Amino acid sequence: MNDFLPFLKKMISAPGLSGFEGPVRKIIQEAWEPLTDELSVSKIGSLHGLKKGQGPEPRKRVLISTHMDAIGMMVTGIEEGLMRITQIGGIDHRILPGQSVIVHGREELPGQVVQPPAHLLPESAGSGPVKMDYLLVDVGLRPAEVVEKVRVGDLVSYAQEPLELTGEALAGHTLDNRASVAAATICLGELQNRLHDWDVWAVASVQEEETLGGAQTSPFEIRPDIAIVVDVCFAKGPGASDWRNLPFGGGVGLGWGPNIHPALYKAFEEKAKALEIPYNRDLMPKMSGTDAMAVQVVAEGIPTAVLGIPLRYMHTPVEMVSMKDVRRVGRLMAEFIADLKPDAMDKINWEE
Amino acid sequence: MTKKLEISAGQVPEIGPDQFALLEKLTNAIAVSGDEHEVRQIVLEEVKLLADDVQVDALGNVLVTKFGRGEGRVRVMLASHMDEIGLMIVQKNDDGQFEFERVGGIDERQLPGKAVLVGREHLPGVIGAKPIHMTTTSEREQKIEVSSLRIDLGPEIGDQVKPGDWATFATRFGILGPSIRAKALDDRLGVATLIELLKHAPENIDLLLAFTVQEEVGLRGARVAAYRFDPDMAIAVDSTPANDLPNWDSEVENARYNTKLDGGPAIYVMDGATIGDQRLVNLLTGVGDANAIPYQIRQPGSGGTDAGMIHQVRAGVPSVSVSVPSRYIHFAAGIARIDDWANTLKLLHTALSQVTPELLAVERRA
Repeated sequence: MNDFLPFLKKMISAPGLSGFEGPVRKIIQEAWEPLTDELSVSKIGSLHGLKKGQGPEPRKRVLISTHMDAIGMMVTGIEEGLMRITQIGGIDHRILPGQSVIVHGREELPGQVVQPPAHLLPESAGSGPVKMDYLLVDVGLRPAEVVEKVRVGDLVSYAQEPLELTGEALAGHTLDNRASVAAATICLGELQNRLHDWDVWAVASVQEEETLGGAQTSPFEIRPDIAIVVDVCFAKGPGASDWRNLPFGGGVGLGWGPNIHPALYKAFEEKAKALEIPYNRDLMPKMSGTDAMAVQVVAEGIPTAVLGIPLRYMHTPVEMVSMKDVRRVGRLMAEFIADLKPDAMDKINWEE
Repeated sequence: MTKKLEISAGQVPEIGPDQFALLEKLTNAIAVSGDEHEVRQIVLEEVKLLADDVQVDALGNVLVTKFGRGEGRVRVMLASHMDEIGLMIVQKNDDGQFEFERVGGIDERQLPGKAVLVGREHLPGVIGAKPIHMTTTSEREQKIEVSSLRIDLGPEIGDQVKPGDWATFATRFGILGPSIRAKALDDRLGVATLIELLKHAPENIDLLLAFTVQEEVGLRGARVAAYRFDPDMAIAVDSTPANDLPNWDSEVENARYNTKLDGGPAIYVMDGATIGDQRLVNLLTGVGDANAIPYQIRQPGSGGTDAGMIHQVRAGVPSVSVSVPSRYIHFAAGIARIDDWANTLKLLHTALSQVTPELLAVERRA
């Protein structure tokens, strides 16, 4: 696989909401099958791919954690053939009116989120944004048919098709965090032609958007020596210009803060400099908002790094990444891993 | 592709794969008020083999004439507007992002997070929104102002897009069970209806079809089209909101629904711009009753169609409006029932087939 765009487009076109990652796991499984030596699924649904190192046993282990779950919605009620919804993960209700969605009932039902006219809402709803409680989903079916096909608890996913924009930008929903799964896959691809001493455990984790469930559990099973968490980070764009936002298409975001082991940060920074891969320091003064929050404190604790792909319009159906950054993250990881010597842990310490 | 020329006057038009294909082509086209080119081209292509006369006037209206046969033919004008609501790019900023203005009545609350198509080339872009992670609770209680939104076509758009280019939602046509989902059903449903009526033109009348421009910005095309045609009577064929959703408080019935899906074509007695000519209202309801064609009376209220202009042209034109009900008009996608469209065609065709000079010989009483 050399061109990863079709793979990424396929992933973001598949559902796989937090706790219900099955459909996307299958796609990732197919892609990782030829790139790994062993594939397994954890007790709560994360995908584990092992690519064995060539160093002497016992080999050190590096974990790549990329969450594969997506934000979305769930049906809470049905009235006159229209559905009421709640959110899975964080959705700004102001971006929902008029959105294309798929209701995953007894069959897949395309439809849209609708904003009822003001006179059908409580007076307090006013002319401002309509709260999620008052929004409805319409799948174009008559009430009797809806009751037959949809139940409370059914999932509702975004249906925005992927859009290829200029400058290798890709827009669509769930690029958070399937773009990072693509980067991990690029890394596995690059490692096919490289010798590496360490075992590489690639994990597509579950439930990051709700409970960090995958990130809490897979490292416990795998017991890696170090962990690399890959997630999207904020990119500069309309409404997002402060220090939290990195240049779009401007290179890898290197996480810096309490979730990250400074020696690992330094090692990645040196590697990026040596390879002339553009990067920016991604400041995470509190929690990183990624799998790293959980991974770092699994069992005895795990030295963790966070790599970011700058993304605009996070958690909307028109998230946007630069494929250039996706490739950069994949390549940086591969180069870093290929260079890990059996004694590399000696340098991951607190002697500053 | 060669077009089969079907002469099937008198036969009631039906909805099938050809009609869906036509509506798909029409709704996927971009024709924001003032830039109706794409739809005009489709209309011209569709009507050229069927019409006796085709004109494109000074504003861009397509005016199609199909003469009937025999004496005493009433000149009946039907009007449907080609234009749709949309956006215009007004400024490119230094960061490569585009500012835009709304054209026509668009609720700004449906803009953030949408894919759009820009310009004649249909270049894809998005209207993003600030990540929820960076918003505060109080901020989320405020609307996202249009002035803060941008169209983003990627970092290397260069000069491919310029201020003045039009844009609209990237919604694609689809069939959802008994429904059609598409953008611009207002008023491509009308445009498609007129084309189907032309294919089955009744021979008792002179059929004058106005595919109008600029309805969404003030009914401007209809005015000059009616002047040119100088018809004896007119029917605006449009699409009107079906606000038939449940009230938030389920104890309270929704009494202000405007129209309902599955209620059949909506006949206008009165809206914000026209008091329907009672002779024509009676013709339509009478034909519906006599032929068991479902119809509904649009709840009298605000809003308007091309009839609002047409009835005041020259010395006055007896006018009425008939609409296909559609939910979520002026949103990125509307939802209409196939049956309602089919019944609209049926009602109009049957009514037109019964128009005689006697219809208008009686004085208007309302």
